[in-house]
Amino acid sequence: MSDDLLVVEGLKKHFPVTRGIIFQRQVAAVKAVDGVSFTVKRGETLGVVGESGCGKSTMARCIMRLIEPTAGSVVFDGREITGLSRHELRPIRREMMMVFQDPYASLNPRKRVGAIVGEALEVHKIGTATETKRRVQELLEIVGLNPEHYNRFPHEFSGGQRQRIGVARALAINPKLIVCDEPVSALDVSVQAQILNLLKDLQKEFGLTYVFIAHDLNVVRHISDRVLVMYLGHAVEVATRDELYHHPRHPYTGALLSAVPVPNPELARARQQILLEGDVPSPLNPPSGCWFHPRCPRHHPGVCDVREPQLVAAAGDHRVACHFPLERWPMNAAEMAAPAASASTGAGTATGAP
Amino acid sequence: MALLDVRDLHTTFRTDDGLVKAVDGVSFTVEPGKTLGIVGESGSGKSVTCLTIMGLNDRRSASTSGQALFKGADLLAMPKNELRALRGNEISMIFQDPMTSLNPVHTIGRQLVEAVHLHQDVSRSSARSQSLDVLKAVGIPNAERRIDDYPHQFSGGMRQRVMIAMALINHPDLLIADEPTTALDVTTQAQILKLMDTLQKEYGSAIVMITHDLGVVAEIADDVVVMYGAQVVERATAEELFARPSMPYTWGLLGSLPRIDHDVERLAQIPGTPPSLLNPPSGCRFHPRCTYAMSICQSEQPPLASATGSETHLSRCHLDQATRLTEIKKLESGHFAEVT
Amino acid sequence: MTRYVIRRILWALVLFVVVTFVSYVIFFLIPADPVKLFAGRQATPEDMARAAAFYGLDQPFYVQYWKFLSRLVTHGVIGEKALGFSFVNRQWIASGVQSRAPVTASLVLGGAVMWMILAVPIGIVSALRPRSLIDRGATVFVLIGISAHPVFLALIFLYIFGYKLHMFPIGSYADFFNPPPGQAGGPLQWAWHMFLPWCTFAILFAALYVRMIRASVIETMNEDYVRTARAKGAPEWVVMRSHILRNALLPIVTMLGMDIALGLGGAVFTESVYSLPGLGQWAVQSLETFDLPVTMGVVVFATTAVLVVNVIVDVLYAVIDPRIKLA
Ligand SMILES: Nc1ncnc2c1ncn2[C@@H]1O[C@H](COP(=O)(O)OP(=O)(O)O)[C@@H](O)[C@H]1O
Ligand SMILES: Nc1ncnc2c1ncn2[C@@H]1O[C@H](COP(=O)(O)OP(=O)(O)O)[C@@H](O)[C@H]1O
Ligand SMILES: [Mg+2]
Ligand SMILES: [Mg+2]
Repeated sequence: MSDDLLVVEGLKKHFPVTRGIIFQRQVAAVKAVDGVSFTVKRGETLGVVGESGCGKSTMARCIMRLIEPTAGSVVFDGREITGLSRHELRPIRREMMMVFQDPYASLNPRKRVGAIVGEALEVHKIGTATETKRRVQELLEIVGLNPEHYNRFPHEFSGGQRQRIGVARALAINPKLIVCDEPVSALDVSVQAQILNLLKDLQKEFGLTYVFIAHDLNVVRHISDRVLVMYLGHAVEVATRDELYHHPRHPYTGALLSAVPVPNPELARARQQILLEGDVPSPLNPPSGCWFHPRCPRHHPGVCDVREPQLVAAAGDHRVACHFPLERWPMNAAEMAAPAASASTGAGTATGAP
Repeated sequence: MALLDVRDLHTTFRTDDGLVKAVDGVSFTVEPGKTLGIVGESGSGKSVTCLTIMGLNDRRSASTSGQALFKGADLLAMPKNELRALRGNEISMIFQDPMTSLNPVHTIGRQLVEAVHLHQDVSRSSARSQSLDVLKAVGIPNAERRIDDYPHQFSGGMRQRVMIAMALINHPDLLIADEPTTALDVTTQAQILKLMDTLQKEYGSAIVMITHDLGVVAEIADDVVVMYGAQVVERATAEELFARPSMPYTWGLLGSLPRIDHDVERLAQIPGTPPSLLNPPSGCRFHPRCTYAMSICQSEQPPLASATGSETHLSRCHLDQATRLTEIKKLESGHFAEVT
Repeated sequence: MTRYVIRRILWALVLFVVVTFVSYVIFFLIPADPVKLFAGRQATPEDMARAAAFYGLDQPFYVQYWKFLSRLVTHGVIGEKALGFSFVNRQWIASGVQSRAPVTASLVLGGAVMWMILAVPIGIVSALRPRSLIDRGATVFVLIGISAHPVFLALIFLYIFGYKLHMFPIGSYADFFNPPPGQAGGPLQWAWHMFLPWCTFAILFAALYVRMIRASVIETMNEDYVRTARAKGAPEWVVMRSHILRNALLPIVTMLGMDIALGLGGAVFTESVYSLPGLGQWAVQSLETFDLPVTMGVVVFATTAVLVVNVIVDVLYAVIDPRIKLA
């Protein structure tokens, strides 16, 4: 059995944009995910960060095979799952589950909690009615809800409790992988802490593997073992958590880190922020060369706007897609903009000493 | 003299389920040119507090008492016309959701010009050039061209800049911002906070910044009000609040925050859920969730009193000084997780 | 925009063919022999055959339908001969449409103005003062308007305001521009004659529109941008005029277009009771006498009108709502 539970290679999802008077033809594509590769080891948590619209949810839905990827491969537990038929997917669906962002929209309001949590058991025809009920009550207890609330409807619960229901539903048939798409983004800090603690406890208890999507870098740092940074449908940096937060290599990661508000007035005011200009470009019409170059403080004309950087190893397990990766951290905006040392070497892909 | 002095503000909504006391005895002051942060979880009454001060609550279901003295004049007792003359002129407000806060059928320019004409007797061309200037000041690229665009042609961050432009166009003395960055990404949030800071220095406006993010407070606030269950539970300067938070709810808030500058295995979680404002708990509103709760906490509401000897630092808690100091010591050494 | 209009027109053509074809099929499914009617009671089989050949009824219906379509194309839709002639009196259909369409148009468009005049203020006031006396009154009006059938209303109006009070004429029409000699005409007479029909026709729609406008205004009043306008210091009437009404009435415009088109169908009842020489009345007569070309003429006219009105409204909507991109 391999160490890697999930191996994603060159994953792409392009949504067609069509036009036509009666017959529709494709005129363009929204490149929501455009060639992302990463692996997730058994029992670890891979955090995924990036601004909204950078393709995180689309990637998650491709991994879950809720939508069909345009290209690329997704190997789950040693099996290629792209291209599998619905029937062939069935046994695999039992092993990967998803928790969604919006605790209000993701639970069917007309179903009782018992039915929602037991849904997967029913679909996969596991156990009798009494067994299902017992299992559901056990699950409710595991996620910290009152098992007697089995017969209630979702609207009778608070946002945090609903997210617990979502977690219980995902746990129902002992999955190996849980993909969490911004599970705490809609919650208040105190409730967010409850859910994060719950997810960590469950991971320890059941040996779960998580892909944890969020846009809050604090949350991702708290829960992840490794972190993937996405920008405009691409993976721009992957590293272990401490590597990424202490020695970011990609200017975008640096800018994200410097933008995170710190609840400490002295630190917050002393810190030098790297403010990015403008907005994320449209995935319908992405920039040439490096996707980040129009907003990048280290943008080198003639290189960054021409050549697409590859995600290559910068140091050990630390991979970055940048022609001029940061040599050290922290840096302020002026230092970042100053001609980078590796500019002279000119090599498009920066490998070498950490 | 304080620019804004809110005294014992109460706002109650009549609803089908009963009376909702959305603001229950809130007092604070805002000094000229300074920034006050109001933090609290959702439903704690932050927005209603500010809407009440602005006179923007639904008059049919809300009833209000208390005082909100702006430059000495009570906004709550003022005739409607006078209050309207102040709104958008001396006091401005921006809202959480930039996607829905601008009228989709009018151009940005028209909405800005409207704001000018409501308070200044100037020509159309002068109103338009003022609008253009303020759009440039908030960093809208190609302002000359974009002034005639409609809101849907702007991104979320750009719309929030337009909202800020509209709020600042008449150079207000007080800007109330209700979670202006909550709907935005971190990088955009950083841009907007920086912009507000720059403009505050330039125009000298005071800011009331509502947020649920203690990080944002640390970033820009001079003074902080922490709200819980429609009441102020702690009030302090930003330095004091983060250095010596003095009551269990604030400890819980700080401890439940995963943060980039600290490593903890488990976050300190506040058990339970926020109180119902239809039927708030007796005594201290926080006692059902408080790990330090004593019997007095159930029966008696603690007053907002000086916590650490500093007269700018007030909190609502029955805990004795010694216990609080030991807990604060623990916090100082970074043991957030062990608070509860 | 142009692309959009082209696409709409292409779709309109497809719809047009479908609607007219279905009308043909229905006509031929009716178990009756129109030839017998036209050829007269004592007709010999030869007479019948000659009549059938003269009217073209001896051919299978798809051939007839094909002829009908090609006539439309060769003579141009608005040409005199395009729609053929009536089986009953052998007059060109086109001239019948020409004389009758203005009557129906008077009824429907005047009715639309009437229902908007009623519905806009009532809808707004009841939105501003929910549960007030006016709002409750409006609710009663809505209930009555929705449940009363136009024939019933028309008869009551005629009885009270025409027969009893002599305030309005009974069962006649006055032309707006050039009335036939010896008959009343001109704008005033026209409006006076049309008043009761307008009221009858407008009540159902007025009731529906009060409800829609009320809901739309209430929804708009809770929009964030309305709060923004108040926070800017705009007085209530400015908020109402430039931030609530314009936005709230946007969706109503689309509805209006569709309902005017629908109203062409609803005009039938009102026209019959008030004896207005309009298209609806004509269509009913033609069905009773199996006068296929007349039926088809009215169907063609009504379908075209509906499609044209819809395209116009969509384009109008795109002009007043900047968010809509017609592509
Ligand atoms: N079904 C779809 N059709 C077309 N475009 C889509 C669709 N779903 C997502 N997109 C686009 O793909 C991009 C990535 O979206 P998403 O994966 O939701 O981002 P994230 O979760 O990171 O915020 C966005 O630009 C979005 O507009
Ligand atoms: N118009 C209203 N009618 C009834 N209840 C309201 C109204 N507006 C706010 N509330 C209630 O008042 C409380 C405080 O709300 P709010 O000030 O919006 O909280 P927040 O701190 O999240 O801004 C909430 O419990 C909310 O449900
Ligand atoms: Mg998403
Ligand atoms: Mg709020």
